[in-house]
Amino acid sequence: MAKSKSAYSEPTKLGKLDHHIIVVWVDNEAGVLARVVGLFSGRGYNIDSLAVAEVDKLKHLSRITIVSIGTPEVIEQIKLQLKKLLCVHQVADFKRSDPNILFRELALFKIVSSSKNQEKVKKACKKYNLVILDKTKKSFVIQVTALRMEIDKLTKDLKAFGLVSVSRTGAVAMTKGAEILKQN
Amino acid sequence: MPKLLSGAAIVFKALEDQNVDHIFGYPGGAVLPIYDELKNHKTIKHILARHEQGAGHAAEGYARSSGKPGVVLVTSGPGATNVVTALADAYMDSIPLVCISGQVPTHLIGTDAFQECDTTGITRPCTKYNWLVKDVNELAKVLHTAFEVATSGRPGPVLVDIPKDIQFKKGTYNFTKSKIKKKLNNISKKKLSDAELDQLIAMMKKSSKPIFYTGGGVINSGPNASELLQELVFTTGFPITSTLQGLGAFPGDNHHFLGMLGMHGTYEANNAMHDCDLMINIGARFDDRITGKIDEFSPKSKKVHIDIDPSSIGKIVKVDLALVSDVDVFLSAFIKRFKEKNKNFIDVNKENIAKWWKQIDKWREKKSLNYRTSDTIIKPQHAVERLYELTKNQDTFITTEVGQHQMWAAQYYKFNKPNRWMTSGGLGTMGFGLPAAIGVQIANPGKLVVDIAGEASVLMTMQEMSTAVQYKLPIKIFILNNQYMGMVRQWQELLHEKNYSESYSAALPDFVKLAEAYGCVGIRASKPSELDEKINEMISTDRPVIFDCLVDKTENCYPMIPSGKAHNQMILGPEDENKKISEEGKTLV
Repeated sequence: MAKSKSAYSEPTKLGKLDHHIIVVWVDNEAGVLARVVGLFSGRGYNIDSLAVAEVDKLKHLSRITIVSIGTPEVIEQIKLQLKKLLCVHQVADFKRSDPNILFRELALFKIVSSSKNQEKVKKACKKYNLVILDKTKKSFVIQVTALRMEIDKLTKDLKAFGLVSVSRTGAVAMTKGAEILKQN
Repeated sequence: MPKLLSGAAIVFKALEDQNVDHIFGYPGGAVLPIYDELKNHKTIKHILARHEQGAGHAAEGYARSSGKPGVVLVTSGPGATNVVTALADAYMDSIPLVCISGQVPTHLIGTDAFQECDTTGITRPCTKYNWLVKDVNELAKVLHTAFEVATSGRPGPVLVDIPKDIQFKKGTYNFTKSKIKKKLNNISKKKLSDAELDQLIAMMKKSSKPIFYTGGGVINSGPNASELLQELVFTTGFPITSTLQGLGAFPGDNHHFLGMLGMHGTYEANNAMHDCDLMINIGARFDDRITGKIDEFSPKSKKVHIDIDPSSIGKIVKVDLALVSDVDVFLSAFIKRFKEKNKNFIDVNKENIAKWWKQIDKWREKKSLNYRTSDTIIKPQHAVERLYELTKNQDTFITTEVGQHQMWAAQYYKFNKPNRWMTSGGLGTMGFGLPAAIGVQIANPGKLVVDIAGEASVLMTMQEMSTAVQYKLPIKIFILNNQYMGMVRQWQELLHEKNYSESYSAALPDFVKLAEAYGCVGIRASKPSELDEKINEMISTDRPVIFDCLVDKTENCYPMIPSGKAHNQMILGPEDENKKISEEGKTLV
C-alpha cells in the first residue's frame, strides 16, 4: 500500500454490519423528509429503503421507516443524531432478524403475456397475498405483499412470464403482540 | 383584538423580548422592510459589516465572549450564501447564533427569482435547525423558538428565512414560553443519580494515574462551570489538560495545568493522556486532532465522558462511564457528593498519585515548547510570548485566524479566565479572527482585544477593518507575517518533499500603508530589539491597529503529533524531525 500523506488517520477496522429497521415519528412539516435523509447522506449513513406517510392527521405526525445497514456504533449514532432534530418525536430501531417484528413491502407487477401464463404467475405468487388489479387480453397488473427477499425472487422468477414493469415500496414495520411504543 | 404588527416590527419586538442589544448585518433587497423598521427600535444597535461572512464571525465573537447569542441579519441569495461559512463555523464549535435572512416573496419562491436561493436547503446541514416562515402569524413563535434552540442544550446556530411579503404583512405578536425548552433540556438538566456519581468517585479513588481532559463544553456552560472546574482540580489534586476550545476554563499558569493536548499539544499533556489509567473527559468530543490514531489512543485507561450531547458520547471512542449532563450541573452535584464522601481527599490520596506527578514532571523537563531564540530575527513564538507578558496584567481578549499563528497563540498565551479566547477550532476558518475581534469589542467595550493573525488568513476578511474604524472599535490585529501560508508550508516541508506548491504569497500588501488607507494605525516590527516597544505602542493606541510583525519565514510549529500516530510518538523539534523522518519516511503522518 502506498504510504499515506494524509493529515487524517487511517480508517480503523470495520465492525460487523447489520441490517436495521429505523422507525422515526416526525412532525409532518415542510422539508421534514429532507432533514431526515439529509442527515443520512451528510453523515454517510446508508438507506436501503424508505417508506413515509402521515399516520396521525390531527397531530400532523408522519411515520418514516428506514432500512439501513451499519455497525452497531453507526446505528447508535443514527438514532442519537435523529433524536437531536427538533421535528423528531421518537426513534425506534429493530434488527431485521428480530423475530418480534413484522415487516412488509408491497410490489406491483405488470405482465404482458398470453392468458395461459396467468395460471403460472398465480401459482408463483400464491403465498404473497396476490391481488389482480387490472386485466386485459394481453396484460395484467398484480399486487403482492411480502418480504424484500421474496419480492426480489419474484421479480427474477416472473421475468420468464412476461414481466415488463415493477413498482415497489420500502419496508414498513410493526411489533408483534399488544405492545406499542409510547408516544411523547 | 390584539394589535396587528408588520412582520418587520414583529422581528424587532421578538429581538427586544430576547434582550438583544446588537445585531450584525448587511442590507439588501429582500430585507429592506426589516431595515426600514430599525429606526423605531433604539435599544437595538445595528453593526454594518462589509461582507456577510464578516457579520457572521463578528456575531460569533460577540457570542463567545459574552455567552449571549449573536444575531445576524442578511438578505436573500448571496447574502445568505455568504453567511454559510460563519454558520458552519458556529455549528462545529457549538456557538449560539440566530441568523435572520430575507427571502424573495412567497409567490416567487421556486421561480429562480432575482437573488433567490434555497436558503433553508443550503443551511440545513450547518444549522441546528432552520425555518422558512410562510405565515406572518407564525413569525413570533418561530423567532422565539429559534432563540431557544440556539441557546439550549448544546448551543449552535439557527436560521429563520423570512420572505419579503411576510415582512410587510400584518399579524399578531405573542411571546409565550413554548414547550420546546422542556424537550431540549430534559436531557441536559436531568439530575444525575447518586449511583452514577458514586461510580465515578470509586473510579477516581482507585486511580493512580488520573487526568482531566476538558473542552469547550466547560466554557459553554458558563463562568460558574469554570470556577467549579478549578474547585474540582484543587479538591482532587489531579492534573488537567485542555482542548483548544477549552483554554481559559482553568488557569493556564497553574501547576496542575499540563498545557493544551493534541496535534500541537505539549509533550507532558499528550504523554499523560497516553499513559493515564483514568481519563475524565468533561465537555470535549474526542476530535481527530486530539486523539491521533484511535487504535492507540490512551490504551490503558478507563474513560469517563461527561457531555451535554448524547450523540457525542461513543461517537469516536468507547467509554466506560457516560454521563449526559450540562457541565455546570454535573460539577456542582459531583463536587458536593465527592466532598461529602471524601474528607481531605487531596492529602489522603497524595501518596497514591505522587509517582504519577513525578512522571509528569519528568515529561515537563523536556520543555517541549522551547524553541531556538534569535537576536536578529523575530521568532513567532517569541512575539506571542512578549505579547502575553505585556498584556497579562489587563483583562485581554484574544481571537485568532487559523494556522501556525493560531497554534503558537494557544501554546504561548496563557489564559486565566473563560470567554477570553475565541478561535475557530472545528471548521478551521481562515479569516475568522478579525471580524470576531469586532464582535468581541462590541460585547466588551473598553477591554483590550487582540487578533493574533497570519498575513494570509487576515487578508480573507481584511475589509472588516472598515467596520472597526466606522464604529471606533480599537481592535489590534497582530499579524505574524512570514509571507507563507505557514501551516501549509510546514506540511509541504515535512511530507511533500519541500514542494511549496502555491503556499507563498507574492505581492502582499504593505500592511502599514493598508492600515493608513483604512484610517487606522499601522505599526511594523522587524527586529527582536524593537518588539516590546512596538507592542506597547500598539496597546496604548486608542484606535484600531494593524501590527505587521515580520517573523522567521521558515519556523515550524512544534511539538507535533503526526496524524495517524499515537500520543507518545511526538516530534519535538527540527532535530527530532530530521532523525525520525529519515528513518520512517512519510508514514509519520
